[in-house]
Amino acid sequence: MEKRKMLTGNYAAAHGARLARVEVVPVYPITPQTHIMEKMAAFVESGELDAEFVPVESEHSAMAVAIAAQATGARTFTASSAQGLVYMHENLFVASGLRLPVVMAMVNRTIGPPTTICPDLGDSLDQRDTGWIQIYTESAQEAHDMIIQAYRVGEDERVLLPVGICFEGMIISHYMEPVEILDQEKVDLFLPPYRPEHVILDPDRPMSVHQLVLDDSYYTEYRYQQQVAMEAAKGVIREVDEVFGEAFGRRYGGLISTEMMEDAEVALLTLGSMASTARAVVNQLRKDEGIPIGLVKLRVFRPFPDAELRESLSNLKAVAVLERDVSIGAGGAVYLELAHCLRKRHDSPLLTNYIIGLGGRDVTFEEIKDIALNLFEERDAEVMTNPIRWYQVRGL
Amino acid sequence: MNQHKKQQSHPLDGLLRTDRIPHIWCPGCGIGTAFSSCLIAMKESGIDLKKTVMVSGIGCSGRGAGYANLDSYHTTHGRAIPFATGMKLANPELNVVVFSGDGDLFAIGGNHFIHAARRNVDLTIVCVNNFNYGMTGGQVAATTPLGAKTTTTPVGNPEPAFNLPLLAYASGATYVARWTILHTRDLTDCIEEAFLRRGFSFIEVLAPCPVNYGRRNKEKPLDTLRIYQEQTIIKNDAHPSELDIDFNRGVILGKFVDVERPTCSERYDDTCRPKELLEEEKAA
Ligand SMILES: Cc1ncc(C[n+]2csc(CCOP(=O)(O)OP(=O)(O)O)c2C)c(N)n1
Ligand code: SF4
Ligand SMILES: [Mg+2]
Repeated sequence: MEKRKMLTGNYAAAHGARLARVEVVPVYPITPQTHIMEKMAAFVESGELDAEFVPVESEHSAMAVAIAAQATGARTFTASSAQGLVYMHENLFVASGLRLPVVMAMVNRTIGPPTTICPDLGDSLDQRDTGWIQIYTESAQEAHDMIIQAYRVGEDERVLLPVGICFEGMIISHYMEPVEILDQEKVDLFLPPYRPEHVILDPDRPMSVHQLVLDDSYYTEYRYQQQVAMEAAKGVIREVDEVFGEAFGRRYGGLISTEMMEDAEVALLTLGSMASTARAVVNQLRKDEGIPIGLVKLRVFRPFPDAELRESLSNLKAVAVLERDVSIGAGGAVYLELAHCLRKRHDSPLLTNYIIGLGGRDVTFEEIKDIALNLFEERDAEVMTNPIRWYQVRGL
Repeated sequence: MNQHKKQQSHPLDGLLRTDRIPHIWCPGCGIGTAFSSCLIAMKESGIDLKKTVMVSGIGCSGRGAGYANLDSYHTTHGRAIPFATGMKLANPELNVVVFSGDGDLFAIGGNHFIHAARRNVDLTIVCVNNFNYGMTGGQVAATTPLGAKTTTTPVGNPEPAFNLPLLAYASGATYVARWTILHTRDLTDCIEEAFLRRGFSFIEVLAPCPVNYGRRNKEKPLDTLRIYQEQTIIKNDAHPSELDIDFNRGVILGKFVDVERPTCSERYDDTCRPKELLEEEKAA
C-alpha cells in the first residue's frame, strides 16, 4: 500500500533509494544533501534496508566506492551537492565511461566563493559533459519517483549510464510536502534486481576493467557508444515514464513536459522548482488576461531533448528561458543549448534568457509575470535585443 | 550606553573582526576557547602580526579565519594545508597558522596533512577535534571514538578513530601536543611555543560540540568539561603510540614531540637552488 506522508525532498529521495533496494551507499556529508545521508544510515541501522552504508572521507572517495561497488554488481546510491559534487567530477567520468549505472541525488547548491548554502543549478549543470543522465525535478514527490525510475533507466541494457536526479537545495530538499511513498511490492515488480553482464567483477569470471588505450584503437568508438547510449536513453526515459505511469498512476511527460502549448504564441521554459511559479503565472495570464502563453518544463538536460523542444517550440513567436544558473562568459546553460538546438530554422522563435534566482534569491510570481508580459510585448520584434538578461542584479 | 559598550569589549578585540561578531558558534561550543587561546598565544609570542596569516578550511572550526583580524583565508573544505603551504613557500617570511577542524584536516584533507608533515613545511596547525563534523550536523568522522553515536552511526561507530598525534609524529611533524579547552593555559603556552618553532607543528585541541556530539552521546556541556578534568592524564613526552582516545581509560595530554629537522624551504634551497643565487639573495 502506498503511504502518504509529509516529507522533505531529501527524505522523499532517501525513501526512493530504500525502495530501489540499493545495496551500497557511500556518502560524505554536505548541506543541503546531508539529510539523505543520515536517513540512509538510519534505514540501514534499523534494518529497513539491507545495505552497506559507507561513511567515506570525501566525495571523491564516495564516487570511487560507488563505482567499485557497482562494478561488482551491487546497486549503489549516493548523494551530493555543490563543492562535493564538483569534487567528484573526475570520478563521474569513470562511472559513465565504465558504463556503471550508479544513481546519485544531486541536491543543487551554489558553488563558492562566495559560499552560501542556497540553491543554484550550477553544480549539476557543470557535470554536463561527464556522461551522466541528468533529470531535474520540481517536487519532493517527483524526486522520490525519479530516484526509482533512474535505476530502471540507467540499468536498461540499451543505456547503462549513471543517472543524477537533481533538485534544488532548501526549496525542495528541506521543505515538507505530502509525498506518496510507493509500495515496496509494486516497486519490486517495476524494478527488477540489477544483473549486469557487461561489467561484473566476479572471481569466477575474471574480467579486466578500464584498460589503457595507448594506440588509437578504440577511444573514439568507446565515446561514440556513450553517445549512442545517451540517444537511446531518450526513448527509454519515455518508456519508463509510461510503465511507471501504468504502475503508479503518475506520468511526468518524459524528457519535457508542456502545458497550454496548443495555441500558445509565447512560452516560458524553465526547470526545477521555478516551474511551479511559472505555471501559476501562465495559468493566471491565460485565465485573466487571455494571453496565449504556455509552459515548457525541461525535465531532462542530458540527453538534451532537442527533437521534443524543436517540436513544441518551433511555431512560437518567442520563448523566455528562466534559469537559476549561468555559464559565466556566455549565458544560462539551458538557453545556450536551446539556442543551438533551434538554430537555423526559419520558424524558430525569438529567444531570451533570464538569469534569475542565483544563490537562492527568491523568484516571485510578480517577477515571472513581468518577464512573461515583457516576452509577450516583444514577440513580434525583428530580433531580441540583449537576449541574455540578468534580471535580479541589485544596484544596476 | 557606555557601560553597555564597555561590557561588549573584549581583551582580544584588536585581533578580532568585531564586525563579524556575533559569531556562529553555539553556546557551550569549545571552538571559541580554542580560538582565543590561539589569538592570545599569537599576541604573547611577539611574532609580527603584520606578517601572520590564518588559514582555515570549512567547518564550524573553519570559521576561525573569518573572525581573526589578520590576513586570513577561508579555503575550500580540506585544503587549508596546501593553501598554507603555497603561502609559506612563496613568502617564507610569513608566519602561517592553520586553524581548522578534525574533519577538514583529517578526513577530506588528511592526505595534505601527512605530506606537509613529511616535508616539514614551517606551519603551525591547530586542530579543533570535536569528534565529528559539527557544521553539517554531527556525522561520524575519522576522529569519532569507537562506539560513539552520531547521526550516521545511530547505534554506535564501528570504526576506530585516528590517533592524531601519532599520525603527526609518524609523518614527520617536529612539534606535537594535545590539550583540551579546559587546559587553556597549557594549550596557550603550547601554541605560543609552536609559533616560535621552525617546522611543522601540530596541536590537537579536544573540544566539546554539545549540540551534535554531546547531545547524541548523553554528555551535557558541563559533563564534557568534567570528563576533560577527571579522565585525562598529563604526561609530557609520552610516546605517541599511547595516545589513543578512550575517555574510559583516560586520555593523555601534553607535549609529545619537540625536535628540530631542516624545513621544507631549507632543504629545497640546499638541494635545488644555485648557491650563488642564495648568496645574492642573502646579500640583498
Ligand atoms: C567538498 C566539500 N564536501 C563537504 C562539505 C560540507 N562540509 C562543510 S563543513 C564539513 C565538516 C566539518 O567538520 P570539521 O572539520 O570537523 O569541523 P567542525 O564543524 O566539526 O568544527 C563538511 C563535511 C564541503 N563544504 N565541501
Ligand atoms: S555545531 Fe558543534 S562545533 Fe559547531 S558551533 Fe555548534 S557546538 Fe560548536
Ligand atoms: Mg569537527
